[in-house]
Amino acid sequence: MATIRPRVKAPRKAAPGDVVEIKTLINHGMESGQRKDKDGNPIPRQIINKFVAEFNGTEFFSVDLAPAISANPYLSFYAKVQESGEFTFRWHDDDGSVYEDSKSIEVA
Amino acid sequence: AVMTGMTLFPALAIADEGAVNDAIKSMVGEVPAEGGVSLDLPEIAENGNTVPLSFEIDAPMGDDVHVTDVMILADGNPSPDVAVFHFTPMSGKAAGSTRLRLAGTQNVIAVAQLSDGSAMMGKKQVKVTIGGCGG
Amino acid sequence: MGLRRAAAQQTLTQDDLLRFDPLGQVTLLHVTDVHAQLMPIYFREPSVNLGVGEVEGKPPHITGADFLARFDIPKDSPECYALTNVDFTALARTYGRVGGLDRLATLVNAIRAERPGNTLFLDGGDTWQGSYTSLQTNGADMVKAFNALKTDAMTAHWEFTYGQDRVMEILDGELDFPFLCGNVLDTMWEEPVFESTRMFERGGVQVAVIGQAFPYTPIANPSHLIPEWSFGIRPDTVQEHVDNARANGAEVVVLLSHNGFDVDRKLASLVDGIDVILTGHTHDALPREVKVGKTLLIASGSHGKFLSRLDLEVKGGAVTDYRYRLIPVFSDVITPDPDMAKVIADLRAPYEAECTRVLGQTDDLLYRRGNFNGSFDDLICQALLAERDAEIALSPGFRWGATLLPGQDITVDDVYSMTSITYPNAYRQTMSGEMLKTIMEDVADNIFNEDPFYQQGGDMVRVGGMGYAIDIHKPMGQRISDMTLLSTGEPIDPTRDYVVAGWASVNEGTEGPPIYDVVSNYIEKQGTVSVPENSSIKIKA
Ligand SMILES: [Mn+2]
Ligand SMILES: [Mn+2]
Repeated sequence: MATIRPRVKAPRKAAPGDVVEIKTLINHGMESGQRKDKDGNPIPRQIINKFVAEFNGTEFFSVDLAPAISANPYLSFYAKVQESGEFTFRWHDDDGSVYEDSKSIEVA
Repeated sequence: AVMTGMTLFPALAIADEGAVNDAIKSMVGEVPAEGGVSLDLPEIAENGNTVPLSFEIDAPMGDDVHVTDVMILADGNPSPDVAVFHFTPMSGKAAGSTRLRLAGTQNVIAVAQLSDGSAMMGKKQVKVTIGGCGG
Repeated sequence: MGLRRAAAQQTLTQDDLLRFDPLGQVTLLHVTDVHAQLMPIYFREPSVNLGVGEVEGKPPHITGADFLARFDIPKDSPECYALTNVDFTALARTYGRVGGLDRLATLVNAIRAERPGNTLFLDGGDTWQGSYTSLQTNGADMVKAFNALKTDAMTAHWEFTYGQDRVMEILDGELDFPFLCGNVLDTMWEEPVFESTRMFERGGVQVAVIGQAFPYTPIANPSHLIPEWSFGIRPDTVQEHVDNARANGAEVVVLLSHNGFDVDRKLASLVDGIDVILTGHTHDALPREVKVGKTLLIASGSHGKFLSRLDLEVKGGAVTDYRYRLIPVFSDVITPDPDMAKVIADLRAPYEAECTRVLGQTDDLLYRRGNFNGSFDDLICQALLAERDAEIALSPGFRWGATLLPGQDITVDDVYSMTSITYPNAYRQTMSGEMLKTIMEDVADNIFNEDPFYQQGGDMVRVGGMGYAIDIHKPMGQRISDMTLLSTGEPIDPTRDYVVAGWASVNEGTEGPPIYDVVSNYIEKQGTVSVPENSSIKIKA
């Protein structure tokens, strides 16, 4: 299985009060729990069920994901930035794993 | 024009209105009238396994009144749940996008909950087709 | 040829075709859906072109005598021949062939000479596909031909069927002008793949041209050829491009579109600030503009048969007047441009012997365009049934392909004009009656859905060995009835499996001989083909 690696596109610079767009992707099969294998046995569900975005330690955006979200889940959203700092992004897997990425932004 | 080894039957997926309405009511109390939500999906899906969706709620994102949650539902999937987006004033804009699986032609619905208790809704039909036969 | 040329020239001259009282500062010239036709051909306009919902009975959903009445065109006139199917065979013998890029070059060059610095020549796409030579050269012949025509910009649809890598290779070094597709995004980050807009200064006026590729390319054609590109109508994106163009000083905004006419008519009502939509894809030829609000819609036909000329007067940053003419490219009355004639001869030289090889003759008029089976489609279905030993044949409802007159030779060129695609394999498989019904209903909804944004812009799938009835006004799933296996006269049984042959599957890895070989072999065996009138499709419109 491929290593699970999140990817994020976010601007490096912005002006105070700007609303910036952030795009995220993570390679993950999003196994829905509704498919069967060759022998007819159900394949257990394993999805990314939650995504959380923080800025300088404060959670400002999150998403609860259901099995209807496509493989390699893509999410884009916005953030209003007033000062420089760091975004942290976390993807929570059904199996308990948490994948994390971060991006810093200079606001001036 | 026509696929070989076709696995997809794009007949109209059976809408489970009960499940959809229950989900909406559990979130916002009553089913809101349509409006205030711009919901962008292709009219015809290029691939039912990954259908791009984006939305934007026409509402302020101030500290007093703002959008807190946006629920996405698909009325023809085995389960209507797709995702719930949670916003704060720091989001700046109640907008987002993702990609979803659609089991057949059906409606996709977005319901927004605001901090003042009001709600908004948008709906769009997406056709999932066999394809072929272009001009 | 000599006699025919004389007959055409008795009623028409090149000067008649070019006659135009110039207006304003900007002359837009438009061709679209040339489908790789370098040479003059015959092309019969449809006898059946049904519209549903709001567009029922509106242009372009008018044909034959109704079309003549609507546009005040005399019967048997050159316009009657060019724009309708009325008395087609007889009028074709009088007025001759149409198109040919050397003739088109003559017209374009003459207008450019008359309006130097004012003229913009735009191509609506479906240019690189549709012939033996375009298939052999992966579109290079048409790229060279349109470079030689000094095209200012193009958009695209069938171009994409050469695959993502080939398209990029052409853009990287072969194409001399912009390839504008503002509605194509990459599937990973949803960011633009191509340039959307190009600004041109003509006659002191800033003209923005925005390109709109065929929105349903990955559905109508194999998505595996363009796995990283996503299309769509994207009205909000079009509005953004228009607003940006205006902000950048555009006084005229042109959408060079491959949406199809009904989609463009709806788009024009949703997007503000477009002056002109040069429509394409649905191959409609309309002698007059259609106006939606302030937006002019122009429909320039297909196969190089027409050149549209639209003159615009611009004052104070707005279009204040216009004049339009749809110019039929009557091959026999236009002197070929010698430079372009040489370009074409050079492009064809390596393939000329094969292209002109005669496979057989036809007793009947062979054409495709129309909502349901054309006679060339019936011939393809005959070939599939015979060569692939099938009970039922399915053939795609493409809108391209030249017409052959009764008594004409059928050459390799003619077969490729109807079959030249990059996914040509003629499959043979079993399908249940239920699946056949599902396919028929699905395709019917792609044509007759009341909302044009849910249509794909092709025609109905052609069938051989099977009859059916269709009620175009019914909803999805209820349009098709009375499906009958013609060999037995029995109704199609939903639970029975039928042996079906077809081509142009959008699925990767489809196996079978290429359709052009299947059809060529069949014609060679027949010697002379005859295609009786198709009476097995009952249409309730
Ligand atoms: Mn075309
Ligand atoms: Mn097309």
